[in-house]
Amino acid sequence: MSAISREDVAHLAHLAHIEMSDAELDKMTGELGVIVQAIASVSEAASADVPATTHPIALTNVFREDVVGETLTAEEALMNAPDSVDTRFRVPAILDGE
Amino acid sequence: MNEIIRLSATELAAKLRAGEITSVAAVQAHLDRIAEVDGGEHGVHAFLHVNTEEALAVAAEVDAIRAAGGAEAEALHPFAGVPIAIKDLIVTKGQPTTAASKMLEGWMSPYDATVIEKIRAAKLPMLGKTNLDEFAMGSSTEHSAYGATRNPWDLNRIPGGSGGGSAAAVAAFEAPLALGTDTGGSIRQPGAVTGTVGVKPTYGGVSRYGAIAMASSLDQIGPVTRTVLDSAYLHELIGGHDAADSTSLNEPVPALIAAAETGASGDMTGVRVGVIKELQGEGYEAGVQARFDESLEALRAAGAEIVEVSCPNFKYALGAYYLISTSEVSSNLAKFDGVRFGTRVLPTEGPLTIERVMGATRAAGFGEEVKRRIILGTYALSAGYYDAYYGSAQKVRTLIQRDFEAAFEHADVLISPTCPTVAFELGSKVDDPLAMYLNDIATIPANMAGIPGITIPGGLSEGLPVGIQFLAPAREDARLYRAGAALEKLLEDKWGGRLLDQAPELSAATGGVA
Amino acid sequence: MTSHIDELVDFDVALEKYDPVLGFEVHVELNTKTKMFSAAPNVFGDTPNTNVTPVCLGLPGVLPVVNKTAVEYAIMIGLALNCKIAERCGFARKNYFYPDTPKNFQTSQYDDPIAYDGWIDIELEDGEVFRVEIERAHMEEDAGKLTHMGGSTGRIQGADYSLVDYNRSGVPLVEIVTKTIEGAGKRAPELAKAYVAAIREIVKALDVSDAKMERGNVRCDANVSLMLKGAEKFGTRTETKNVNSLRAVEHAVRFEIERHAAVLNSGAAIVQETRHWHEDTRTTTSGRPKSDADDYRYFPEPDLVPVVTTLEWIEELRSRLPEPPAERRKRLQADWGYSDAEFRDVVNAGITEQIEETIAAGTTAAVARKWWMGEIARLANAADKDVIDLGVTPATIVELNSLIEAKKINDKIARQVLEYVVGGEGTPSEIVEKRSLAVVNDDSALGAAVDDAIAAMPDVVEKIKAGKMAAIGALMGPVMKATRGQADAGRVRELVLEKLGLAG
Repeated sequence: MSAISREDVAHLAHLAHIEMSDAELDKMTGELGVIVQAIASVSEAASADVPATTHPIALTNVFREDVVGETLTAEEALMNAPDSVDTRFRVPAILDGE
Repeated sequence: MNEIIRLSATELAAKLRAGEITSVAAVQAHLDRIAEVDGGEHGVHAFLHVNTEEALAVAAEVDAIRAAGGAEAEALHPFAGVPIAIKDLIVTKGQPTTAASKMLEGWMSPYDATVIEKIRAAKLPMLGKTNLDEFAMGSSTEHSAYGATRNPWDLNRIPGGSGGGSAAAVAAFEAPLALGTDTGGSIRQPGAVTGTVGVKPTYGGVSRYGAIAMASSLDQIGPVTRTVLDSAYLHELIGGHDAADSTSLNEPVPALIAAAETGASGDMTGVRVGVIKELQGEGYEAGVQARFDESLEALRAAGAEIVEVSCPNFKYALGAYYLISTSEVSSNLAKFDGVRFGTRVLPTEGPLTIERVMGATRAAGFGEEVKRRIILGTYALSAGYYDAYYGSAQKVRTLIQRDFEAAFEHADVLISPTCPTVAFELGSKVDDPLAMYLNDIATIPANMAGIPGITIPGGLSEGLPVGIQFLAPAREDARLYRAGAALEKLLEDKWGGRLLDQAPELSAATGGVA
Repeated sequence: MTSHIDELVDFDVALEKYDPVLGFEVHVELNTKTKMFSAAPNVFGDTPNTNVTPVCLGLPGVLPVVNKTAVEYAIMIGLALNCKIAERCGFARKNYFYPDTPKNFQTSQYDDPIAYDGWIDIELEDGEVFRVEIERAHMEEDAGKLTHMGGSTGRIQGADYSLVDYNRSGVPLVEIVTKTIEGAGKRAPELAKAYVAAIREIVKALDVSDAKMERGNVRCDANVSLMLKGAEKFGTRTETKNVNSLRAVEHAVRFEIERHAAVLNSGAAIVQETRHWHEDTRTTTSGRPKSDADDYRYFPEPDLVPVVTTLEWIEELRSRLPEPPAERRKRLQADWGYSDAEFRDVVNAGITEQIEETIAAGTTAAVARKWWMGEIARLANAADKDVIDLGVTPATIVELNSLIEAKKINDKIARQVLEYVVGGEGTPSEIVEKRSLAVVNDDSALGAAVDDAIAAMPDVVEKIKAGKMAAIGALMGPVMKATRGQADAGRVRELVLEKLGLAG
């Protein structure tokens, strides 16, 4: 398992949509390095033939009937919106204005 | 101290039903206690929000129904009118829900969690919302964006985490009951270090709908109380199938109250108790080990058959837990982006695009520990690392389940110290994530396997509480109550009362221990 | 970010040098009553953010629960596409940030589809049957709807801000993914259109989708790459997103082939990217740069449990399937008496059902075909729309035809009426009434016009008298002119013969 680099952390922060200053990146790189090293043994713990457990209790076929239930009013839907216009959420431009 | 607040929930409920006390008086007594010990620079700070008006209104409603008598009074839940505190990770209409994060400052949920609907239906007045580590990530409640909670046993020490607020509230007699959530020990570890009882039910036993998800495959809501019987009542109230949670067990809630009542005889004849070899010894404080050994002695004396079991894969549990939980965290917390709800922070410079607003919002809205885990989880899932990290961790989960299966062939319940140490001092581990993570070494395996666990007070080490944990196979939560109530009875007989009777008096005047 | 090419290479020229390789991802919105993971109504066109539950908004604390009917519809689609149905499958999270995606991940089946390894036969215009292999059909959820405000174009580029409506968030989708399609050659655009038409027809026949492309019920992402003739390795592909009409699918594939050829001929490389189709300019442009595009961090959805299909369940669903399209087509062609070519044109135009309904409502097969493949097709072509998007219904045709049969209007007027129908003026009867288009049956008015024509054209009259009946046509012009085209041609002919003493 390779060590985690500052570039890795910058990329991860980008994927996770968390802006980080240079100082934060440095600190995070150090901390993650220690943590990743401490948990590295997990990779070697299980052999290939061990199945993965994604759900602690194995259930299957949990469905809902196709029946309309209670909905929020537009007012309830928008009540925590940081910004809205009429009954829609408003967000800043998606692309940079070039 | 008003004697009402020292009653267990079951005792208080009996007095309410007998008409000896009104619910309004009981709620007011707790509100007074909160006002007395919770605030101020050195207060317990268990609560993030106090729900005075609504709690008193519900109490008055219960009192009116009881006073009127008849069928409606008969139909009341046995705990109707008994106040409860809610971990602020569980969404509530009419009260803010913050998850102890700046991200949700001022957020009001337009819906109730399923457990809250049940609590409303049973008419338990909600005293308010309790503090936690931000988004339930931590073991000390120091990672709350709204300030740490203090341990009522020693206000300079941590109350555990993430549910330090609920545990401290119950330990400080600010509430007889509380709800917690347990992802890696967040009910049980605070229970252990505050001398209270806490239960993590079987995964799927209690609906998660409305509990803000930390790690979906590990989270469970459970009771936080001062006695095993109180937990049984609360667990039966909040448990059961919920169609809104696909991972909810479609089975009746086990008879937990009955199991606790059976256990309260103190008789453990015929019960096989498995001591997990890997969850003791090195890393466990001497005082913790001593109380644990005494508990084993007490159980043996009460007729239990003590056997040793080995769970060799537990050594990987902590690492696998951090890979799985952070992976799920990285995805579950993606929704906090400043678009639909919560805080929105604009970048201070450069173009104003939604991408950059999300980045600035999440940078400002999340605390360090949350960011650390999101980044770790993003790493564990990212291209090229998935198999080595997330994939391997899910395999370790299988190995841990197999360890438990093998252990439960030899034992009805397993036992360990809940936590390797007693409460540590505030600030002592906050800069050392790894040391902090080690607090959960004994509680994490249960979450990984989905099995239930309970912590009960096991005595004191240097004046601070030690917790004893029982674990049972999935769906066998009743065994926890049987064994937990028995050990509780055996130890309380020895101490001549509850462990919390030995806790120091809190007083507002001194802002600390009187 | 992409090589900029102004000149395209002519399609036929491109195809001399390169072989196109295609692939399609068709998203079908299911017409379940509720959404994929919540009990919110699955309804198009309501006030924004009113068909939402906390789940659709991705509020803190919510959990998804799978809609059983959506699963059954997905299985039915899989069966209709001759797929294998997975004994066990699950859901995964596809993680990426976008404001139309409320959880900032999409719940999708990704590599664990409910249906896989199928095929569908597509009949091309030249009569050849082209088999398209289906890789998988999987379930997922739709995103909300973004409206870009400000700027000049209403497009994402240059917008000042965007508005988000989550009514569509969580609508059940089945994504049908083909295997790589080789060998279509110059018929690639035609195949693309015919394939999407076939998928549309199937999901409509199954009644699992409203299948209205103009509403986005069926959306196509078209993958195109070119390889030099004789080469063994595929070229770099582009994915043109959300091509939302049958014609657009055809045009988009054609455009990308022409553009790829131009880029490759210039010596540059194709950039693997998402392209956006613009109906107005009939071009594609480089799509939204999705920063997370290469790393979606898929992992099994912990909040949902696996779906296990039993043989009994699958067989029960199979019994609900309608007649397989191929058999149905064979039956319809025989019933209607169309030639192979005639019938293929109907199928490729995607109007089999319109014709079927028109015939069921009372016209002959020939009349139905005449209108749908004739005037309506012409109008669609002129308007640059798909036939089904014109607003003409089987009822329109039945009504039009009964007006003709009642001799209220003639064929020529009927064509005008149809134009007005397309223009949104109302039903044929309303239009005939409003615009006073009823044929002139009044013999005195018509008689006067015929008299005038006879008087004005004595040479023509002589020819008719001499037995050249075809010459009557020459009188028709002035009569029609005098009656503003509203004369019934048959009656004019009768009157002419009557007045010249040639009747009976």
